[in-house]
Amino acid sequence: MNRKERTKLAKWVSVKIGKAGAEQSSVYVSNSRKIEIEYRDGQIEKLKESTQNSLSLDLYVDGKYSSHSTNNLDRTDLEKFIGETVSMTKYLSKDKFRSLPDKKLYEGKKDIDLKLNDPDYEKIETKQRVELVREIESAAKKRSDKLISATAGYSDTFSESVMVNSNGFIGEKTSTNYSCGAEATVKDGDKGRPEDYYYSRSRFFKELPSPQFLGERAVDYAVRKIGQEKIDSGIFDMLIENRSVGRILYALYGPMSARSIQQKRSFLEGKIGKQISSAKLTIIDDPFVPKGMGSRLFDNEGITSKKRTIIKNGILKDYYIDSYYGKKLGMTPNSGSSSNLVFEYGNRPIEDITKNIEKGILVTSFIGGNSNPTTGDFSYGVMGLLIEKGKIIKPVNEMNITGNIEELWGKLVEVGNDPYPYSSWRTPSVHFSDIHFSGR
Amino acid sequence: MSNYNSRNNGEKKSGFTRREFMSISAKGAAAASIPLFFSNNINMAFGKEIPGSSELGNYYNHFGVDEKLIQDIFSTALSYGGDYCDIFFQHSINNTIGLEDKQVNRAYSNIDFGVGIRVLKGDQTGYSFTEDISAKAMKLAAKTAANIASGSKRVDPIDLKLIKPKDYYPIKTKWEDVKIDRKIPYLQRINDKVFTLDKRVVKSSVWFVDQSSYILEASSDGLISYDFQPMTLAYVSCTAEENGKKENNSFSLAIRDGIDFFTPARIDQLAEEAVKRTVSLFEAVKPKGGEMEVVLAAGSSGILLHEAIGHGMEADFNRKKVSIFSDKINKPVAEKIVSIVDDGTNPSIRGSINIDDENIESQRTFLVRNGILESYLHDRISAKHYKVKPTGNGRRQSFRFAPLPRMRNTFMLPGPHKKDEIIKSVKNGLYAETFTNGEVYIGAGDFTFYVKSGFLIENGKLTKPVKDINIIGNGPDVLKKINMVADDFKMAEGGWTCGKNGQGVPVSMGLPTIKVSSITVGGVR
Repeated sequence: MNRKERTKLAKWVSVKIGKAGAEQSSVYVSNSRKIEIEYRDGQIEKLKESTQNSLSLDLYVDGKYSSHSTNNLDRTDLEKFIGETVSMTKYLSKDKFRSLPDKKLYEGKKDIDLKLNDPDYEKIETKQRVELVREIESAAKKRSDKLISATAGYSDTFSESVMVNSNGFIGEKTSTNYSCGAEATVKDGDKGRPEDYYYSRSRFFKELPSPQFLGERAVDYAVRKIGQEKIDSGIFDMLIENRSVGRILYALYGPMSARSIQQKRSFLEGKIGKQISSAKLTIIDDPFVPKGMGSRLFDNEGITSKKRTIIKNGILKDYYIDSYYGKKLGMTPNSGSSSNLVFEYGNRPIEDITKNIEKGILVTSFIGGNSNPTTGDFSYGVMGLLIEKGKIIKPVNEMNITGNIEELWGKLVEVGNDPYPYSSWRTPSVHFSDIHFSGR
Repeated sequence: MSNYNSRNNGEKKSGFTRREFMSISAKGAAAASIPLFFSNNINMAFGKEIPGSSELGNYYNHFGVDEKLIQDIFSTALSYGGDYCDIFFQHSINNTIGLEDKQVNRAYSNIDFGVGIRVLKGDQTGYSFTEDISAKAMKLAAKTAANIASGSKRVDPIDLKLIKPKDYYPIKTKWEDVKIDRKIPYLQRINDKVFTLDKRVVKSSVWFVDQSSYILEASSDGLISYDFQPMTLAYVSCTAEENGKKENNSFSLAIRDGIDFFTPARIDQLAEEAVKRTVSLFEAVKPKGGEMEVVLAAGSSGILLHEAIGHGMEADFNRKKVSIFSDKINKPVAEKIVSIVDDGTNPSIRGSINIDDENIESQRTFLVRNGILESYLHDRISAKHYKVKPTGNGRRQSFRFAPLPRMRNTFMLPGPHKKDEIIKSVKNGLYAETFTNGEVYIGAGDFTFYVKSGFLIENGKLTKPVKDINIIGNGPDVLKKINMVADDFKMAEGGWTCGKNGQGVPVSMGLPTIKVSSITVGGVR
C-alpha cells in the first residue's frame, strides 16, 4: 500500500462512518514490514519476514463511544464492518466526555524533519543483515571460555501510517527501527548458568554499534554474574545502571496519567507543584529529539506535540493528560503518553559515582516485583554487584528491595551523565541512599 | 531477552477487542457452523468436501483453501530442501466492553485473520505470514519461509489425514450468538453490588472480554486439524478510601467457555472478591524482609511452579543448554511428595488446548514425578532434537508467530498433609494468598513472584494482613525446600497470560497448600 492509497482508504472509511451515522470518528491505517533473524552456533536459527496491515476506528455515535480494529482492508467487508460497529455502539451508555480532541489542540504542528526514517532502508539486503548477526555471534563466542551459548539477534521494521480525524486532522508518519545485539549464557561451576544480554536500537542502519562491541558486551555482562549469591539483608545505598532505571521510573510515570488520577488509582493525585522526589530529579518530555525512539510531531490522538517539563528539581509540574480523562478532570489535554524522556544529567559517569559509595549494590537488572500505583508501595527483585569502599566486590542476586516509590525518589542522591541511548526513556544511572534490601 | 514473565491480566489497554456487530447483523446468516464474517473476502476456490467430515469442509471454505492448494503450498515451501512445513490459518474475534464511573460506556473489538507458514530445516526455522489468503500471497509467503534451506527438492503431493482431538472446552452458546445488550446487564449488576458491599468503595471498573479463535492447521507429515478456541475473562477493579488513604485491588475470572459461565454465583463472587481484596489492604503491613518459611495458599500460588520450574523445563532452552535444568532429567529434584504436571486437558481451564499449534494432540506431561525430574515440555523441533515424542506444548500467540515450547496449565498434585497442620507448623513466616505477576531468569534459575496480599504467620496462626511484597528464590533450590504438600488442590481462576519472546499465551496454574522451608521475602528492616 503506498502513501496515496493509504490516505485515500482512510478518508474513504471516514466518509463511510459519517454516512453510517457517527458524529465523529478517528481512522488510523498502518502497514509495516518486519524482518527478524536469530543466529546461533554458526547458523541461522530463525528467519522471519512479513508485512502487515491494520485499520482502526474510534467511533462517536449519539454521544457514545467504541473503538475497533481489523486487518481486513477489503472495501466491501469494511463497509459492512463500519455499519455493524456503528450500530452496536448505540447499545452503550452516553458519555458526555467522549469526543475528538478540540481542534485547537491540532494547531501549531512543527514543520521539521525528526529524522525517523532511514533513506537507506530499501537498499539493505538480507545478506547484510545475516552478516551482521554472524559477526555479533562470532565476537561473542571469542570473548570468554565460560560461554555456553550465545544467540545474536537482529530485526528491522519499516512502518507507515495515516490518521484521519473527522474534525479536520490528518497526520502521516513513516519510520524505520533497527535493533540488534546478543544474549549470552555462561558457566558458573555447578551453581547455574547466568545469562545476560546487550541490545541496541537505532532509527538508522548505519548508526548501529559495531557487531564486535555488541557481542562482547553481552558476554561481559553475563560473565560479571559468575559467582553471584545473596548477601545479608540490610539498609544501604543503591546505584542503578542506566538501562534498568525504567522499572522504577515507570512506577512514577504510571500514576501521572489522567486516567489513574481520575480513577483514584494514583498516589500523585493533587501533587502538582509539590515535591515528589529529591531536587536531583528533573525530567523533560521532549518529542523533538532528532532520531529519537519516542519522537513525534503529534500524538496518537492528533494532539500537537510540545516540549514539557514533567518534574523540575523534584517538583511535579505536569501530568499526562489525554483528551477523555482531561475532560473528566477539567484539565487541558497535553497528551496521554510520554514521547522521549530526557533528564538534567549529572557530571559523572557511573564508575566515578561508584567510588563514593561506602556500601551499596549496583543494580544491573530487576527481576519481577511490582509497584502499587494507588499507594506507591513497591517491592522488586534485583541482581547486580556489591560495592564496598568504592570498589566492586562481587556479584549478588536473589535480593528484594522494598519501600514506597515516592520515598525512594526522595532518596535520590545523584544522577549520572550517561543517558541510555537505545530507548525513548533516556535514563541516566541513578544513586539512592538507605534502601531496604532483603536477602539472607 | 533471557527473562520470562507471567501476568495476571488486568484491564485491557485500548485496542483490545470487541465484536458484537457480527451477531447484530447475523440474523439469517447463521446455519453454517462457522459464521462467514468474511464471505466477500475469501477467494472463491471452493473447498473440496471430504466425505464424512463436513466440518473440515466448513473450515476449508472459511479460509478459502482446499487440499490441493495446501499441497501446492507444501511443495513451494519445501522446494529448497526444508524437512518440514506447517500452515496455520487463524481467524480470531475479540470483544471487550467496559464499565467505568457506573456506566457501560465503552466497547472495543478486534478482528484478526491470516495464515502463518513455517519451514524447518534441522533446528532452523523459516517463517512468514500473510493476511491475504489468495493462492498467490500464500505461495509468496511459502517461498519466503522456504529460504531457510538453500538446496532444491521436488515434493510429491502430501495426502492429509484429519485428526479429531477430544474437545476439552465444549460450549453451549458461542460468543457470536450473544448480543451486546445481553452482556451489559452483567457489568451493571457487578458494579451495583460492589458499591453496596462496602461504603468505603469510591470507584469501580468492570471489564468483560470474549474471544473466539478458529484455527485450521496442516502439517507436512500429512496431518490436518481444526479447532475452535473460546475464551472469557471478567475483571473487576475497585478503589476504596478510608481516612484519606486509598487502596485499589482487583479480581478476575477467566475460562474457555461462553456466557453460561457467568452464573449469579460467579457474578457475586466477582464483586465480593474485588471488594474484600481491596478493603483488607487498609490493615496490611510490610513484613520484616529476609529468609523465612512461606506457606503458599491453594490456587494461584501455582505461579511458583510456573516460574521456578515450568519455564526452565521448556525444551528450547535445554536444547540450547541455557536452562538450569539442562542436565537434571531423571535426577531427584524434590521430595517424594512433590509431583508437578503441565496439562492441556483440564476441562474449560484457561490454559487448556485440544490440539497444540503444530498438530500434536493435547496431553498431561509430568515435569516431576514423585520428586524425580521426568520430562521437558517439547515442541516438534526439540522433540526431534531429543528423539522423543512431542508433548503438545508447541504454542503460538497467533498466526503471526512461529510456535515455541510453552506451558498450558502447570500444577502440583495433592499431597499427604492438611492445610491447618501446615500453618500450625510455622513459627514465624508468611502465608501468601494472591499474586499479580512473576518473572524468571532460566539460566541462573532466579525467579520471583509478587504477593498482592497474604498474612503473617506467628506461632502457627495467621495474624496481620500483608501486601505488595516480592518473593525471590532460586528454582532448583526452592523445589528441594518444599517439605509439606496438602490435599486441598485448587486451580487458579484468574486471567493469567505467559510472556516469552514477545508472544503471550493464556495459561493457568494450580497448587495445593504447600510449605517452602526458606525463601527470601521482601520487606523492611
